[in-house]
Amino acid sequence: MCLAVPARVVETDGRRATVEVLGNRRRVDVSLVDAAPGQYVLLHAGIAIAVLDEAEAEETLAAYRAVLGEAPAGHGRAPDRGEGPLEGDR
Amino acid sequence: MTERVTLAHGDGGEATHRLIAEIFYPALANPALLQGGDSAVLDPPGAGRLALTTDSFVVHPIFFPGGDLGRLAVCGTVNDLAVAGARPLWLSAGFIIEEGFPLADLRRLVGSMAAAAAEAGVQIVAGDTKVVGRGQADGCFINTAGVGLVPQGRDLGAHRIRTGQAILVSGPVGEHGVAVLSTRAGLAFETPVVSDAAPLIALAQAVLTAAPGAACMRDPTRGGLATALADLAADSGCDLVVEEAEIPVSPQVEGACDLLGLDPLYLACEGRLLLFCPAEEAEAALAAMRAHPLGRGAHIIGRVGGSGGRAFLRTAIGGTRRLERLTGENLPRIC
Amino acid sequence: MDENTLARPVPEDAPAAAAAWVERIRRKVAESGRTVRLMEFCGTHTMAIARSGLRSLLRGAVELVSGPGCPVCVTADGEIDRMLAYCDVPGAIVATYGDLLRVPGSHSSLARRRAEGTDVRVVYSALDALQLARENPDRPVVFLGVGFETTAPAAALAVKTAREEGLGNFYVHSAHKQTPPAMRALLEAGDLKLDGIICPGHVSTVLGAEAFAFLPAEYGVPGAVAGFEPLDILLAVDHLVDAALGRRSPDLWNGYPRWVRPGGNRRAQVLLNEVFRPCDARWRGLGWLPGSGLCLRDEFAPFDAETRFPAAVPEPPARKGCRCGEVLRGLLTPAECPLFGRACRPEQPVGPCMVSSEGACAAWYRYGPGEEVRA
Repeated sequence: MCLAVPARVVETDGRRATVEVLGNRRRVDVSLVDAAPGQYVLLHAGIAIAVLDEAEAEETLAAYRAVLGEAPAGHGRAPDRGEGPLEGDR
Repeated sequence: MTERVTLAHGDGGEATHRLIAEIFYPALANPALLQGGDSAVLDPPGAGRLALTTDSFVVHPIFFPGGDLGRLAVCGTVNDLAVAGARPLWLSAGFIIEEGFPLADLRRLVGSMAAAAAEAGVQIVAGDTKVVGRGQADGCFINTAGVGLVPQGRDLGAHRIRTGQAILVSGPVGEHGVAVLSTRAGLAFETPVVSDAAPLIALAQAVLTAAPGAACMRDPTRGGLATALADLAADSGCDLVVEEAEIPVSPQVEGACDLLGLDPLYLACEGRLLLFCPAEEAEAALAAMRAHPLGRGAHIIGRVGGSGGRAFLRTAIGGTRRLERLTGENLPRIC
Repeated sequence: MDENTLARPVPEDAPAAAAAWVERIRRKVAESGRTVRLMEFCGTHTMAIARSGLRSLLRGAVELVSGPGCPVCVTADGEIDRMLAYCDVPGAIVATYGDLLRVPGSHSSLARRRAEGTDVRVVYSALDALQLARENPDRPVVFLGVGFETTAPAAALAVKTAREEGLGNFYVHSAHKQTPPAMRALLEAGDLKLDGIICPGHVSTVLGAEAFAFLPAEYGVPGAVAGFEPLDILLAVDHLVDAALGRRSPDLWNGYPRWVRPGGNRRAQVLLNEVFRPCDARWRGLGWLPGSGLCLRDEFAPFDAETRFPAAVPEPPARKGCRCGEVLRGLLTPAECPLFGRACRPEQPVGPCMVSSEGACAAWYRYGPGEEVRA
């Protein structure tokens, strides 16, 4: 709990909005957030519960990648994990 | 003629005769059908084994983006023949229609069947119509049976799946499932996704020509790609491993699934081919698929592992998880 | 069509990044000579972890235990039976999230009642249920409200709107629950040795990450609010592992700041407080937790399904052999339940942990515990 999906606001009257999720559109309630067309909201059970902070998202993207370069290249498994279904490939 | 189907239309008398003459015959016209006998008597076109399949189509809604029940009824049966390596020859079509069903809708369905049959290069040579009382059928049910010819020496099936073979899919998955769901009242979302329902004969033939060592083909329908893989793993006794990053899913299907909490791997396709072929023929098979309009989005998605009988997905981050058959309906979720 | 790159941040080299994080986590844990035990408290995390195969990648280093974070799973049998009683209301439309449809009560389920003739409708939103009430003014529409603080606001909006519009046929059965009391109950029970808690990301968008500050402050247990991409979860795991291994002091870390703001969603909190009040609630596996539920306030009584359609529902018998409660508390892995995979399977579930789309048992069954396969 809980499934929520980022959705782009297409148009809004402050209470309801048309949002788009990768080409799919829906009318949803946005009365609990302040979102302008073009912004992204987090949609759950038909209502928007949050607005995307793009600066934080950029930082998160960078954080995901911060660890790259630390680990030995091409090494993503520990030796004691046992056989995987694709072990035969390696 | 009245605007709606009545019980009289199913009586076998004058009303039935007029229904057939005014709706079925004009759309489906072919010599065998128009002979109007109790059976269609046909000349087998050559040596080989016969493939026979049947399917009933009860999907609702009857009309959905990209198709309708009629198109589905033809494509579904034709595809079952195609994946057996058969050249589809003839179809029969049986209708069970609910009293009150609009005749205009029936005309539309039959027209779709005719168009799909023409696309597939098959003829609908025998048919039947029954009408049941209000509430005893959900609008219209269609059963189709199909006969095809499997050339000598061709033997496709799960029993021929072997370790090391490549697994291919002819295009993005889950499209039919999303298209049908989008029309369901209460979900209220607009999607650009349309059903992928299509006859796969030409594609299948192209693939078999390019990859003569092909072992098995399947058209994943209800339950989606994952269920088809789970079934084939169990039937073949081999472990199947597919790569999440290689399975084609359109962004629009992904978005619709995210919105509703569904998994595209479990949503129905109606115009996709799953292929198992020797690894050395995989590139040729892929090229043949991509050269065909229905196979532009084809990908090599995995390979057959050792013995086991389970299907696995290697996830985008390198983990593994099992693919089981779909249990229950694909329901929209909030959790 | 836009690509949502920031709304769904996934770097191109995500597989490499994930592998690198897994490696970093495993290395730290291996150096410490111990393993780390974390609990996630959100069914959506259960599923994300299972679907991405993360459990298998971390196995042997970090044990990820599922807690009672699936609102369907924690709905007790008696509550399900109570909800099924609305199917007896003449002419009623019973509106439900899809998640509840197949959950078995002691004798039946919504799916079964639908097959037997009740007009059960699956809705995506409480607001869709409200629409059903508008479209069917002569019939009572009962909406089954399950969910945590993420979902309750939608039900609150529906009730408020029904009042504004003067609708006389819309009712909500509120089985909504609050997350922090369940966490407290688990930690108080003390039978789990947890090194950290992965906190629910979407509940936190409503409550704010601060709602979980009590974890380190009162229990010394580090918490990390996590998003739902595999990389989000890995970042949270890494943070918690550091705290568990003494590399940082236990804190409450917000790992989902792109959606979780300081203070959360104030408007949603005000709305929840306006429409709901805390009440005692029954949790499968945890029993009655005081103040852990959300019930409609008295001024909204005209929309309360339980008030409008009272029913005496007998206390259901205990489920023979079902260990869902212990699984929910992280005391048992699904595979350790004797019914798992035998009498209890997704197509014939005994308890909600198996039938719920995010139940620990369903996740375990469908995606495997992260076992390996011989090539």
